[in-house]
Amino acid sequence: MGMTGIQIFKLLPKTNCGDCGVPTCLAFAMNLAAGKAELSACPHVSEEAKNKLAAESAPPIRPLTMGVGENAVKVGGETVLFRHEKTFVNPPGFAAVVSTSEDDASVDGKIARFKACRWDRVGLTLKPEMFAVKDAGDAAKFTALAKKVAEAGATVILMSDNVDALKDAAGALKDSKPLIYAATAANADAVGAIAKEVDCPVVAKGDGTLESVIALTEKLTGMGLKDIVIDTGSRDLKKVFQEQIVIRRAALKDRFRPLGFPTIVMANEIGADLMEETLVAATAVSKYGGVIVMSDVQPHSIFPLLLDRLNIYTDPQRPMTAEQGIYPIGNPDANSPVLVTCNFSLTFFIVSGEIEASRVPTWLLVQDTEGLSVMTAWAAGKFSGESVGTFFNKCGIKDKVSHKKLVIPGYAAGISGELEEEISGYKVVVGPREASQIAKFLKLWTPE
Amino acid sequence: MAFQPTKQVYSGSIREISLGDGDKAVKVGGRTAFAFHSFEGSMPNPPRIAMEVWDKNPSEDWCEAVKEPFKDVLGDVGAWAKKCVEFGAEIIVVQTKSADPNGDNASADSIAATVKKVLDAVDVPVVVWGVANHEKDTEVMRAVAEAAGGRRIAISPVEEGDYKQIGAACLGYGHVVVSSSPIDVNLAKQLNILLGNLGVANANLLIDPTTGGLGYGLEYSYSVIERIGQAALTQEDEKLQQPIICNVGNEVWKSKEANLTAEAAPDLGDPAKRGILMESITAVDLMLAGADIVILRHPETVKLVKGYIAKMM
Repeated sequence: MGMTGIQIFKLLPKTNCGDCGVPTCLAFAMNLAAGKAELSACPHVSEEAKNKLAAESAPPIRPLTMGVGENAVKVGGETVLFRHEKTFVNPPGFAAVVSTSEDDASVDGKIARFKACRWDRVGLTLKPEMFAVKDAGDAAKFTALAKKVAEAGATVILMSDNVDALKDAAGALKDSKPLIYAATAANADAVGAIAKEVDCPVVAKGDGTLESVIALTEKLTGMGLKDIVIDTGSRDLKKVFQEQIVIRRAALKDRFRPLGFPTIVMANEIGADLMEETLVAATAVSKYGGVIVMSDVQPHSIFPLLLDRLNIYTDPQRPMTAEQGIYPIGNPDANSPVLVTCNFSLTFFIVSGEIEASRVPTWLLVQDTEGLSVMTAWAAGKFSGESVGTFFNKCGIKDKVSHKKLVIPGYAAGISGELEEEISGYKVVVGPREASQIAKFLKLWTPE
Repeated sequence: MAFQPTKQVYSGSIREISLGDGDKAVKVGGRTAFAFHSFEGSMPNPPRIAMEVWDKNPSEDWCEAVKEPFKDVLGDVGAWAKKCVEFGAEIIVVQTKSADPNGDNASADSIAATVKKVLDAVDVPVVVWGVANHEKDTEVMRAVAEAAGGRRIAISPVEEGDYKQIGAACLGYGHVVVSSSPIDVNLAKQLNILLGNLGVANANLLIDPTTGGLGYGLEYSYSVIERIGQAALTQEDEKLQQPIICNVGNEVWKSKEANLTAEAAPDLGDPAKRGILMESITAVDLMLAGADIVILRHPETVKLVKGYIAKMM
């Protein structure tokens, strides 16, 4: 909430009746400001104060959801300009264009790649979510194509200059909550009415100026629409970048409502080819894009972008973690080495990558250290002889190997004694300190 | 009433540092606003593109995609450096991989001779990047600093454990120090203070905040660079007002995903394009955060990133 307790107090009845549960209006105002109370607890507050407070307490950037089910995309709701200030919360959706002018083979190829582009990483599934269906002047085909990609599971952006075509397609697809593209100065009444009727989010597309965007969002808001996405209309990379920053700042710093909406970046109309589009998209991942549209979905482009999105939207206050358990790398058998490490995701990636690169089949045990690295976890007592020993005894690795050796990270050498007591019968081997030495170490390892 | 955008108030600027000597000296930094925020401040120098050469043949370590463009020159460091300049490198970085005490453990003199070859072959500025082993880097960089006397090279990484020795070598021969710290604003500042006390002038100081590649800690580097930029530009933290250099290619191309062949990972698409985009995205993100020099490996990345910078300036 943007208002202080004193500002809120001025809007309250100031009767100190106590009906809200606290003795004075001032105390209640302070609780409201701190987010500890709800305004509805006061039975005497005026309508005017209610509206004003509701407007003030609404998120500065409208959160909204496009699509339904597994590929629904929630955007907006951001509260900071820089991720280290808190965290970015709702990652942008990635969309590829399919046009009614494309032949079936081209469309089917994109749908097949869209479905195939799924990768698991640290317990998350990385995947694109959306298709932008473009009407190249064939209204009947437009609805059919939109249905086809919606049936493939994608969240749909309906793009047409033809209001009737938009209306048909939006009506046919309304249950899958498409994003309607776009309301412009020329057609805002008609397109706004469609969005309202089907209850779907709509893009406000400006003419390359923020003034035009503001005029449009005010008009659409006036029609009762809340879920709006901004396309400034600019297609020059430098200008788009600056606009993204100005919009985010206006929404967060000035609580300027007409720009308090997520944005859509048409990378396909900014970059000359998919390589350039990918860099435009990366720019929009870092700097405030809500939906990012590209001309195609190709694994060599979307996979790096999905990693980028994962990195930028990782909560800096909470380390990424790998799941505790046994990770077999390279088909290990009963004679393969057993290594244990912490569950900080970076450690996990680097250690598993080095093991893989060594080509030595290996069992990697990952112990839950709450995302702390080996040294930090060791210092905090979360990677101790006892915790590693308990995990080792219970995880089931003993049934998988016939030898009696466990390799621990070099930085945790201090736990070997205690650990050997916990895992009686097994020998603790101190491995290298740095992951870069793992390959060398594994090549010399023997079960004896 | 016309919409008035909120402007960021800046109270400091990034120092402009010159690398190299003669006509081909290159200026970096000098910004008075966040990166590419030219609507509210000046950015006199675009981020600079450096390319790396190794002091040993990297054929064993590099995947096909990055070997191919250099296949005729990987064994000849001078020709390799020239080729990089043809590809558009504004700065050449010599990675002294052969110095690794756990690897080839080459002698300081032989590495200094390699650096000399590069200096003789090209007239663009040169950066020499060590192996982050304090004892070995100290020995090597002393020899390198002497061999490169008068050419105003930059030496990296200069860390808390070896700043006195390597810093002194840089002071003695007029080179630039790359102050290297592990992804932490306060440690970066602390080391710059120590280097200042040693006598290293602000005009001879770059920051290496430690680079994480895409998927492998990029977000940590990204945020620490943004924080250094905020401290420098909006909090007048004069110990952090130095340009930033990021060793991008070296990090990205050692990740598993940048090296997987089409046979090993058919679901990840064209391996060369995938690697190039992983490297390019890392460079773009770090430049957006505030990197002033990005060190790249693949010539296609150089082309893409240069095109990107041209559009953003």
